[in-house]
Amino acid sequence: MSKQVAGAASPSSRSAGSRKAEMGDGTGVGSTPAPMKKKLSVLIVDDNSMIRTIHNILVNRVGVEVESKVAENGKVAVDLFRSGESFDVVLMDWEMPVMNGIEATKELRNMGVDSMIVGVTSHSMDTEKDTFMAAGLDDCYGKPLSIEILKNILQKMKIDD
Amino acid sequence: MERNSQLHRQVALMRQSLFDQGYLDEQFVQLEELQDDANPNFVEEVVTLYYRDSARLIASIEQALDKSPLDFNKLDSYMHQFKGSSSSIGGRKVKAECAQFREYCRAGNGEGCIRTFQQVKREYATLRKKLETYFQLARQAGPRDSASRST
Repeated sequence: MSKQVAGAASPSSRSAGSRKAEMGDGTGVGSTPAPMKKKLSVLIVDDNSMIRTIHNILVNRVGVEVESKVAENGKVAVDLFRSGESFDVVLMDWEMPVMNGIEATKELRNMGVDSMIVGVTSHSMDTEKDTFMAAGLDDCYGKPLSIEILKNILQKMKIDD
Repeated sequence: MERNSQLHRQVALMRQSLFDQGYLDEQFVQLEELQDDANPNFVEEVVTLYYRDSARLIASIEQALDKSPLDFNKLDSYMHQFKGSSSSIGGRKVKAECAQFREYCRAGNGEGCIRTFQQVKREYATLRKKLETYFQLARQAGPRDSASRST
């Protein structure tokens, strides 16, 4: 059902571990490694309130301790990072008003944000997913996410922590 | 006891028919997997949220379709929301009709939008009626000790 884009060009296809080591707190500021975090922080970016609700419940059910926050479009997500917040994982929808997922991902990468950004999209064509990946995603999956996919994403982050 | 197991059988058959007839897809199963002892009515709560969301969006689309000239961007935006919500509960047929509506929006085909919107509403009403019946029966049957779900 949900499908990862394999081999798509991405400027940020480094491992989560190397990202942490390079970027420290995940905000692009400073170079010292972040102290061990007890919980993973996840930002859910989607303009649909139902999908935000479901994804929020999903991330809190994967067996990894998580702190989650939601944003209703890309601009809200970018503004959260600008205000000094940081997240280990960003679940980024593509199609949103004000600022879409591609624009938001590019903006975050330009700001030096090195969090794991996972695209979530209802666009099924590989070429469309490749476009999203090229904006700076680490992964891209079909919408809505399944608990298995989230487990993989969050547990990978936990291991690399 | 016998009546109870009979009810559970009925619930299982009704649920299966919703998949067999193409009203629901895998996403509904994903929601069911999130239901546990701590959240025993999770699926029904999400579906109720969907009804509320849908009523709001249907009203907005109806208003937008009454305007002349049609604002296809606005219509597409509303239907994007409706499609997302329908997809999130596994409403397969509704989602398909929403996708068709959006195609007409992109083509600037007002007649197509109006015609497809009637179909969207029809599929939504059918799904809602079937789900309401299903949840009502499921409540009557009560919880199962070992609910084995298969699609």
